[in-house]
Amino acid sequence: MAETIQIQVNGEQRGCRADATVGDLLRELAIKTERVAVELNLEIMDRQDFDHRSLKQGDRVEILSFIGGGAPVDGQGKGRSFVHAE
Amino acid sequence: MQNDRLIIAGREFTSRLFVGTGKYKDFAETKKAIEASGADVVTVAVRRVNITDRSKENLLDYLDPKKYTILPNTAGCYNVEDALRYSRLARAAGVSDLIKLEVLGDERTLFPDTAGLIEAAKILVKEGFIVLPYTNDDPIVAQKLVDIGCPAVMPLAAPIGSGLGIRNPYNLKIIMEMIKVPIIVDAGVGTASDAALAMELGADAVLINTAIAGAQDPIAMAEAMKYAVYAGRLAYKAGRIPRKLYATASSPIEGML
Repeated sequence: MAETIQIQVNGEQRGCRADATVGDLLRELAIKTERVAVELNLEIMDRQDFDHRSLKQGDRVEILSFIGGGAPVDGQGKGRSFVHAE
Repeated sequence: MQNDRLIIAGREFTSRLFVGTGKYKDFAETKKAIEASGADVVTVAVRRVNITDRSKENLLDYLDPKKYTILPNTAGCYNVEDALRYSRLARAAGVSDLIKLEVLGDERTLFPDTAGLIEAAKILVKEGFIVLPYTNDDPIVAQKLVDIGCPAVMPLAAPIGSGLGIRNPYNLKIIMEMIKVPIIVDAGVGTASDAALAMELGADAVLINTAIAGAQDPIAMAEAMKYAVYAGRLAYKAGRIPRKLYATASSPIEGML
């Protein structure tokens, strides 16, 4: 059985298989890769690297995509409390 | 008006109304309102994907990027680093190099931090972005943004979401006379007459979100804005009569009894 590591995804802790790639994580979360941007430890990844980059203990992954916008959402504050929508 | 196309950085647009996609009830309403507006360009924000509830639909399932020009913004960014980060993420999320750059200076007014805006624009232009900066109604700042390489500038009419209309028509007019790239009046429009006025002043386009999304009937307001922008543009091209203090009779005196 594969070892488990702890990573952070969009600010939340989660466990994942030690040999999993970023691509595996996206598939596990049922996120289509075409319209998302992935930031790994503050570095934006190339989409072609998703399946090649293995996740390591303590990695911080941010997965972002486009939502309705044009005007700030009321009560969103300084834009730091991200809204949960895709 | 058939050949009256708006061209920004080599991209041609038929409609001079740009619309935001925030604050709608749901994606179905967003889609209907955008269709009613006739807009080619729609702005979107970049945010974290909801990883706990995957049932949430994706905005781009409703807005075909082949049909619309998707213009990601950096809304909610209060410093240069955040604005750069979101711009790069928007590009990585994959539609184009277009970015509506916002560097905000204050939460209450959402006025742009123009010093930060200029700094961020410089860096992004160097990185190959097509930067459309949301700026104040300041002609000097607008010119600096053009000098940096922004192919259009987006001065505000009033604070974002305020619906106050064109607060400083004279500054906007000066910007339109001074600046040789397209001017997109962004933020502050409250109703159709505000949009028409912006176009009559000589704006090349208007960007509207809250005035449509927040209206009692957003779809009807989207249509109203479409006609307002069109009418305002026509009036601008037609050339209005000068204002005079006293009357000038329209009917001839000759032939009267």
